[in-house]
Amino acid sequence: MQYLVSVIDDKSNPGSTDRQPAISVFNERLIEDGYWVFAGGLADTDAATVVDNRGEQAVLTDGPFLESKEYLAGFWIWEAPDLDVVLKLAAEASKVCDRKIEVRPFQ
Amino acid sequence: MSDTHEAITRVHREEWARVVAGLARKFGDLDIAEEAAAEAFATAVERWPDDGVPPNPGAWLTTTASRKAIDRIRRESKRDDKHKEARMVHDDTPPEPFGAIDDDRLRLIFTCCHPALATEARVALTLRMVGGLTVPEIARTFLVAEPAMGQRITRAKAKIKAARIPYRMPSAEDLPARLSGVLAVLYLVFNEGYLATGPDTDPVRHDLTTEAIRLTRLIRALLPQDGEVAGLLALMLLTEARRTSRVSSTGELVPLAEQDRGAWDTALIAEGHRLVRERLAAAAAGTAPGRYQILAAINAVHTSARDIRDTDWSQVLALYDQLVRLDPSPIVALNRAIALAELDGPQVALATIDRLADKLDGYHAYHATRADLLRRLGQSDQARAAYDKAIDLAGNTAETAALTRRRNQLQRDCPP
Repeated sequence: MQYLVSVIDDKSNPGSTDRQPAISVFNERLIEDGYWVFAGGLADTDAATVVDNRGEQAVLTDGPFLESKEYLAGFWIWEAPDLDVVLKLAAEASKVCDRKIEVRPFQ
Repeated sequence: MSDTHEAITRVHREEWARVVAGLARKFGDLDIAEEAAAEAFATAVERWPDDGVPPNPGAWLTTTASRKAIDRIRRESKRDDKHKEARMVHDDTPPEPFGAIDDDRLRLIFTCCHPALATEARVALTLRMVGGLTVPEIARTFLVAEPAMGQRITRAKAKIKAARIPYRMPSAEDLPARLSGVLAVLYLVFNEGYLATGPDTDPVRHDLTTEAIRLTRLIRALLPQDGEVAGLLALMLLTEARRTSRVSSTGELVPLAEQDRGAWDTALIAEGHRLVRERLAAAAAGTAPGRYQILAAINAVHTSARDIRDTDWSQVLALYDQLVRLDPSPIVALNRAIALAELDGPQVALATIDRLADKLDGYHAYHATRADLLRRLGQSDQARAAYDKAIDLAGNTAETAALTRRRNQLQRDCPP
């Protein structure tokens, strides 16, 4: 079972910026224990472009699809047997990243 | 015919959780378990009047429900996953011995009370899956529209499935944290039994109070050191001890002050008092009591008084003060005011509860308490209006009857 584990940052109250070494250590452990599938940090939402080609022609919009105080700063994909395992890891991840974490199962 | 219906009602009460819990373990899907159990009971309602009640109704229901579940799984997995279908079909797990069945029900409770579910979803799901209440009954309990309640339960089941919330007991290290959520739900189930809602239901649903006590006992056996488990069990026992004297022969709710204390169950009271003493000893040794332990202590004070006049109200008020510090909710404040009325008089209590009007306007007990205080102060017109509101909001038949009589007495004594 795979889960999308999103790291949520808050523009008005951002998490600390010195977390990378701790995150790297945490990632090593995720890999070792077989949970790690994929991970990536994302550039600022200002760098996003929304593409809508449902009409006659593609419309490009500068910025994220949703302007909000809270935004997706990065994510993991984890492989885990059940939600309890993921919630435990996510609690650690939140500490390690100093940010909120959203856990969402893949279909 | 009516005997059969009584039998079906009894079997539903006794077997529902067991059937659902067993199916959930066997098929790993709460939705399938619930639907199949409901279908099996519907089949019983159809067949038993003609065929008679089977010698082992629980086994009959489990077998029937398992067939229904397999039918559904076959229908849904026609297109692919033949292996899964075969596994399900051939999983003829023999009926579990008694101890393990209890574990199945606990597993079901811990799953329904999982912290990834919203509190209201946990309660609704537990009442449906473990308590066997119908969606309309649950909707009424929580003053929520029926479709909204149905959706809440459906959504919770879907989340358990999609997010793969495991169907098992929490690990030893997670147990204490997971437990407080379970206790809250069991207390709500107990309260629904103790003051049942709905025009067609018994005012006191012994089945639900018994079920809540049984499950709390089970958790107590697993976690004998936990103070709040002991507190909740004591609270339930001391409340249940008064059950038979709580509804009069004419079907009216009898207030504590007017209950026949000779009819209280002395064995339950003794057991409850033993638990409270155990927790008092722990508190003296420095373990701060939680809310269930304080509520149990309040009930121990009430059940220690042979006559209402012997009640140690200052002790009750001191305990409520302690509870308010822990749980500053308006409902606790309302109950504290009832003790306050006995010590400082109805006027002082009334002034206290009038401040809660904003938060408790939709709560029948608020208006019933107000009506009683106003009646004692001789303010009949206002008392009558408060009784009217309480009667409108009360969902318990015996309570409505008692409130109505009091209101009507008021009208006879002081015609408008």
